[in-house]
This record gives sequence, C-alpha cells and structure tokens, in this order.
Amino acid sequence: MKDIQASKIQEVIKDLCIQSNLHLPQDVEDALCCAYDAETFPRAKEVLGISKENLQIAKDKCMPICQDTGATCVYAEIGQDVHIVGDFEKAIQDGVVAGYTEGFLRKSIAADPIRRGNTGDNTPAFITTKIVPGDSLKLTVVPKGCGSENMSRLVMLTPGDGVDGVVQFVMDTVIKAGSNPCPPIVVGVGIGGTFDKVAWLAKKALMRPLNEKNPDPYYAELEEKLLKKINKTGIGPAGLGGKTTCLGVAIETMPTHVAGLPVAVNVSCHVTRRASIVL
Amino acid sequence: MSKEIKVPATAEELKDLKAGDMVLLSGIVYTARDQAHKRIVECIEKGEKVPFNLENSAIYYVGPTPEKEGQVIGSAGPTTSGRMDMFSPLLMEKGNTIMIGKGKRNAAVKKAIQNTGAVYLSAIGGAGAYLADCVLSSTVIAWEDLGCEAVRELTVKNMPLIVAIDSQGNDIYEIGPKEYLKG
Repeated sequence: MKDIQASKIQEVIKDLCIQSNLHLPQDVEDALCCAYDAETFPRAKEVLGISKENLQIAKDKCMPICQDTGATCVYAEIGQDVHIVGDFEKAIQDGVVAGYTEGFLRKSIAADPIRRGNTGDNTPAFITTKIVPGDSLKLTVVPKGCGSENMSRLVMLTPGDGVDGVVQFVMDTVIKAGSNPCPPIVVGVGIGGTFDKVAWLAKKALMRPLNEKNPDPYYAELEEKLLKKINKTGIGPAGLGGKTTCLGVAIETMPTHVAGLPVAVNVSCHVTRRASIVL
Repeated sequence: MSKEIKVPATAEELKDLKAGDMVLLSGIVYTARDQAHKRIVECIEKGEKVPFNLENSAIYYVGPTPEKEGQVIGSAGPTTSGRMDMFSPLLMEKGNTIMIGKGKRNAAVKKAIQNTGAVYLSAIGGAGAYLADCVLSSTVIAWEDLGCEAVRELTVKNMPLIVAIDSQGNDIYEIGPKEYLKG
C-alpha cells in the first residue's frame, strides 16, 4: 500500500492545468508542423503559419495558446494499492481553482446550464476515475474548448447500419461542423458499449497520442480511411479551404448489445491539449 | 498582399473588400459575445443607451483570458460567431459595419450584411496568443459582472483577418473549400 497525500494531488493538478494550456503535446505540435509543410493551398498555408507562430508566442510569453482554456476534464487511474490521505475530489477541485487563478486562465464554467452565471473559478472539474492494478496514480488534465465540443454528436445506430453507417455518421458530423471547431480538427470516435459508455469512448479516443494507432488492425485501417476521407472534404484550416481538415482520427470500441450500435463523435480543435503525470 | 483597414469604418469604405481578401485591421474595436449581445439588444429594445457607439463600429467576438501584470490583454482569439446570429441583424441595422469572429453565419445575417453594406471578418480560431500581440490597449467599458464576457474597448494594430462575407454576401466558407477542390 502506498500513501499519496491529497495536498500533493492538489499541487500537481494545478501544474497540469497551467502546463496543458501553455504547451501543446509534442505529437499535436508535430502534426500541425507536418500539415504546414504538406499544405499546398496558399490561404490554408497562411492560416497554418499563423497557428504555428501562435504556439511559439504562447511559449515565449507564457500565455495560453487559446483563450478558451476549457472545461477542465480530469482523468484518474488509481492503483488499487494506493491509499489517498485526505479528500481526493476536493484536492482536484482545489487544484483547478489554484491553476486557473495563478495561471491567469479563463474561467469558463456557467454555474447553471439554463440560468447561467459563472462559478468564478472554473470548477467543477469533470472527473472520471478508474481503478487499475498497481500502486501508482496517473492523473491527466484535458482542458476542452466548447467551439469543438458543441460540434460533437451521438447516435444509436442499428446493427444493420454496420461500418458504412458509422462512416456516414462521422462524415456528416465533420461536414456539419465545418469551420466551427477550429480545423484542422482531431476526431475521437466511440463505437459500442451503451448510451453513456460510448460518449466516454469518444472522449478517451481524444487522449490517445496522434502517432498511435488502434492496436486492432481492423480499426487502425478504419481510422486511416476516415482521416483520408475527412481530408478530401476541402474544408481546410479554419474552414477556409485546403488540404488539411483533420490531424488525426482515433477510434475506441467496446462490445455492445446484440440489438445496438452506439456511435459517438467527439470533435476537438487543432489546440488539442492534455497533460499527464504518474505519482 | 494584405489590405489595410482603419476602424471605425463606413460601409462605403468597406464596399471594395472581397470574400477571401487578407486584411490588416487597425483602430478601435469593441468586444462582445453571447451575454453582452443579449444585453445590447435589450438596451436597444428598451430605448436605453448602448455602452458604445454602434455607428460604423467593429465588434470582436472574444472572451480573453485574464491579463497578467504588465500585459495589455490575455490570450484573445475569436469565439464561434454563429451564436451571435440571432442578435447581429439588429446591430447592423443600428450602424455596426464590421463583425469579427470565426465560423459560418446564417441566412439572416447574410441578408442584413447585403442590406447594410457591413462585412464579416474571420480571425484565426485558436490563435489567441498571436492575436493578443495585436492589441495595444484594452479597457473594460461595461458590464464588468460578465467577467471574460464584459465589453472592452480595444485599440488594435495590424490584426490579421480574412474577409469571410463581403458586402455583396459572398461567403468564403462556401467558396474557399470549392476553390481548393477545383485545384
């Protein structure tokens, strides 16, 4: 049994909130740079050039890459041999308050979905936990902007719709989203499970580095096929036309009911942020 | 080659801009997004004073991050414009000539653009740090209670933008992808 103090969790969550908003993960930055090099359409090249330069200015000036510093999604993989000393959830929420205040990040959470208002400190963080073997604790912070979140969709297809139905739904979602989610986008696709689990699968897919494929060759091929198809739409960077509409597609799956084929598409922007630490 | 625009600008001064033109915008810009738009429209409907002069104004849909000491403004990229579609036609009717944001607009906005000679300019979404660099001064002038959504008066210099919908209603979000696909 390993003890981890809640105060330590609070401190690392604060750091992850700030770090994730100032620096893109290397795989996303690399994908953006490759897209810039490969882009042939002049207007698109100009747009990607600004996006690249933006990353540098954010680093140099310690400024958030994007003003939408997101809803704070926190994922915790908790080893079953870990003992957390203190209040786990409070530690995370307090870490978010500290990160968003000390890091000069935008507080973007409406206190009530209909009556609005603002919680003032970007809480609550949206926390997902999983118990895993071992004695370590992995914490991941994903600040998720709403321009792309608003373009995400879920459908309960029927088994007869099959893979063609899945491809059609992903393409419809991407085309309907157009310029809104700040392309080039990253697309997370969940297939299977239940109504609630499929949304989680799509979100989880967005956390996979862009240079990693689905381990199942069938789905790795489907990811590649969707990526090519999306990049043939011509939507382009910022939706102004071009070769680069999508930087990566990741699919996560689960078994599902004999009568069902749930599909969820979680769209993310070219500022797809995440930062992790293992304690 | 980018065209230079000075704001405030009249519809007459904007009539030669074409969808797809790159522009560098300098002058006074007011920030307003969802909640501020709602309140501006309420002011107009009640006959109350709007926090800034709408005549020939440029409105930027942005909610910046808080500025650190010594910074003019925090990260300041555009938000999705479509959410302002229900409010924009009335603002154009009252004299607003430039809207700055990102993403497609609806048919009602396009019609109001054609009727009034306004233009819709696109800033690059996600480029918050880059765009903050173009802001020389920033003052909150109304509705501080809205936090990042408060109305600010910004002085900007050479803000890089793309004409998304010109005063004739040509829309780069429709034309651009087609142009690329034609090759």
